[in-house]
Amino acid sequence: MAHAALSVSEPTAPGSRRWMQPRTGGLALLAGVIVLLPLVMRNNYFYEIAILVALNAIVCVGLNLLIGYAGQISLGHAGFFALGGYGSALLAGTAGWPVWASLPFAVAAVGVLALLVGRPTLRLRGHYLAMATLGLGVIVSIVLSTEDKLTGGPDGLSVPPIVLFGWTVQGEHTWYAIVGAALVGTVWLALNLIESPAGRALRALHGSEVAAQTLGIDAARHKLRVFVISAVLAALAGALMAHYAGFITPAKASFMHSVELVIMVVFGGMASVFGAVVGAAVLTTLPQVLTVLKDYEMMVFGAVLIATMVFLPQGIVPSLQRLFALSRRR
Amino acid sequence: MGSQWVQFVASGLTAGAIYALVALGFSIVYNASGAINFAQGEFVMVGGMSAVSFLAMGLPLPIAVLLALLAAMFVGLLVEKIAIEPARHAGTVTLIIITIGVSLFLRGLAQLVWDKRVHALPAFSGDAPIHLFGATLLPQSIWVLAGAAAAVAALSWFFGRTLFGKAMLATSYNPLAARLMGVNTRTVLWVSFGLAALLGALGGVLTAPITFTAYDSGIMLGLKGFAAAMLGGLGSFGGAVLGGLVLGLAEGLGAGFISSAYKDVIAFVIILAVLFFLPGGLLGARRIERV
Amino acid sequence: MTVLVIENLGKSFGGVRAMQGVSFQVRRGAVHSIIGPNGAGKTTLLNMLTGLYVPDTGRVLLDGRDLTGLGPHQFAAAGVGRTFQNLQVFFNMSALENVMTGRHLREAASLLACLLRTPSRVRAEAACRDHARELLHRVGLDEWADAAADAMPYGALKRLEIARALAAEPSVLLLDEPAAGLNATEAHEIDALIKRLAGEGVTVVLVEHNMRLVMEVSDHLLVLDHGRKLAEGTPDEVSRNPAVIEAYLGVAEPALEASDA
Repeated sequence: MAHAALSVSEPTAPGSRRWMQPRTGGLALLAGVIVLLPLVMRNNYFYEIAILVALNAIVCVGLNLLIGYAGQISLGHAGFFALGGYGSALLAGTAGWPVWASLPFAVAAVGVLALLVGRPTLRLRGHYLAMATLGLGVIVSIVLSTEDKLTGGPDGLSVPPIVLFGWTVQGEHTWYAIVGAALVGTVWLALNLIESPAGRALRALHGSEVAAQTLGIDAARHKLRVFVISAVLAALAGALMAHYAGFITPAKASFMHSVELVIMVVFGGMASVFGAVVGAAVLTTLPQVLTVLKDYEMMVFGAVLIATMVFLPQGIVPSLQRLFALSRRR
Repeated sequence: MGSQWVQFVASGLTAGAIYALVALGFSIVYNASGAINFAQGEFVMVGGMSAVSFLAMGLPLPIAVLLALLAAMFVGLLVEKIAIEPARHAGTVTLIIITIGVSLFLRGLAQLVWDKRVHALPAFSGDAPIHLFGATLLPQSIWVLAGAAAAVAALSWFFGRTLFGKAMLATSYNPLAARLMGVNTRTVLWVSFGLAALLGALGGVLTAPITFTAYDSGIMLGLKGFAAAMLGGLGSFGGAVLGGLVLGLAEGLGAGFISSAYKDVIAFVIILAVLFFLPGGLLGARRIERV
Repeated sequence: MTVLVIENLGKSFGGVRAMQGVSFQVRRGAVHSIIGPNGAGKTTLLNMLTGLYVPDTGRVLLDGRDLTGLGPHQFAAAGVGRTFQNLQVFFNMSALENVMTGRHLREAASLLACLLRTPSRVRAEAACRDHARELLHRVGLDEWADAAADAMPYGALKRLEIARALAAEPSVLLLDEPAAGLNATEAHEIDALIKRLAGEGVTVVLVEHNMRLVMEVSDHLLVLDHGRKLAEGTPDEVSRNPAVIEAYLGVAEPALEASDA
């Protein structure tokens, strides 16, 4: 046999052996950081970045469940993100729905789409799966760009703000609270999922799909479920982003954006919920903060990706956990 | 109506020949490493852009083209040594992500070394259009088709007749056995990247007079070349050529008769159809996953 | 009482006829062994008994239910458990988590309950953990419970797979060369474990090369050769069967025996 099948990358050791309190501890830490961060954020620019980080983190936590825990791959998740945003934007803007209806509906609709599309797609493995998800994402981005009468074309679409009981949701501080809460909620759900039979089923599929099946785990069903969950999270983040920014463009569905999301997951740590958050945080803030890096941004991203995969194939957080665990043993 | 067909077929085959070259590059690297090289499109870009630069330095076109090919090959060899070889034992997902990193890096570098503008190479033998069956063809198209055909012939000779070429084929069938027979599989991987870069760059210089070139022209070409390789069966050389031509034709005819706005979508719709219904590709992929 | 019935199983891969016309029955609570030279089709048979391969001909019936053509997770749900010749341990988990995963079929856990971590789910997790510890104890792996699977020695991993398979409370447990790659001491431990399991009433189908283990532990033997049934019966009957002796050892050399005397 020339090469090993793609479906199992190096099985990860997520450091879950010392899981006693890290989950509540980590969650508390995250919540604490979110609550205390405003004390050091002096102006709206920081809030903007923080909001961006939180939205990316929500997508990444979901994507991490798919890539890190279940061992699948998606190079088209930006498509779900954009569809969530456009969906809510079109329903609220063009069709005149109230946002408290358009947003959940759009997110649910993307979930249904993921369900339909996921079934044939997830029968594929490795590069075939990568290519299929890539193709789907690219098709979404091209369609969004081309159907300009509906979507405003490459220049994008303006998105109405969220209005709840006459109160318009706007302002960096309000949005920060909203996405911060959404992030904590997402992380909580993900942590619950992992330490449950459903989560173990996913990890089992990554560890050995054959063995998992002989234990009664329906591979197709579980892969589809986590695919839909990650698509829903991406759509939610996309919809929130659209209403926050007041604007959405087809670039949000681009292959590049999908790649950025994967980079954040891989960099932060495969099979690590907090790794996904860290990855999103670092790789969202870095280019923003180091503006001199703007010209070199692509190069730096590329170099970071290469270096991480060569030296720390498990990603930042699991590698740090392992270092920490090793040093404690001495 | 007939002349329209000829027109679309001609432009489709021209594009298809480029896709074929890119697809060959994918298949070669895939056979050597089991991984997809997402930077393959960037090799095409490096070829085209380098040729533009060498030409701008005042070198005659043939020399500029040759140097561009060598430059791209050099980049490919360097990339393999720095980014691929250290991780050659890693899982294939890791390798895919590394090549994505390489593609980002090369694109970012291209932005700095060159610029973000679109550049063109002069046509190799002039712009005087050729009239064939009522259709207007560019002489550069002939160059593209001839160049691609020559590359395929050279590859056949290389893999079929030379010792090293056969060694590379052997490695793709069974790396362990090849190593036991004294084949240096690290060198095979290295040469594979160089060869893939060379092929990509050839595509780049051949198509630059027609489709122009810019720092980001590698993305779509890479994706479509990958689609072509999958269409023909990943790892199959004949499949890569067939896949490229079929894809180019489908694109040309589809864009001409159905919708030119959705030209790029055609490639991806085809690839999805193949993946969902014919996962082995038209000629069947090399490896079968065994449980 | 028959729990597993195999009727006329056949399977070809391309031009190769891997199995042809194999039939046998497995009684509840007994240890049935399948032996045969390499390439005899033992793993092919096991794969067909767990839904990993679909037979070309024949049927597989469990407790009277026809399972032929179903997928592996359905075979598992019907009550078939197995271990693997080439370890398929979940190296990305701890030993305990491996066994807890084994209990998947016994855990009724809706996605919503998992996501929301309801109090009943928390209780169920604790119960699952206890069950898993008990199983690890049963196979003698107490001290490895919280260890990462990738830190465990080969012999322990073999036992881990057995514990994991037992977690699903299968009607039939298929063991694919559980003693392969083990030294004499470890093989003896597996031997003792299988005897213990048999004593506890677990129905075991064993594929093994280790003849001593097979002879000591089995109630019934099935000998395969080139994909066909060569012989079946008790260990005594089979070991005296001339066709079996010839397939395994070749025809006895009279000259050699004489020189030994």
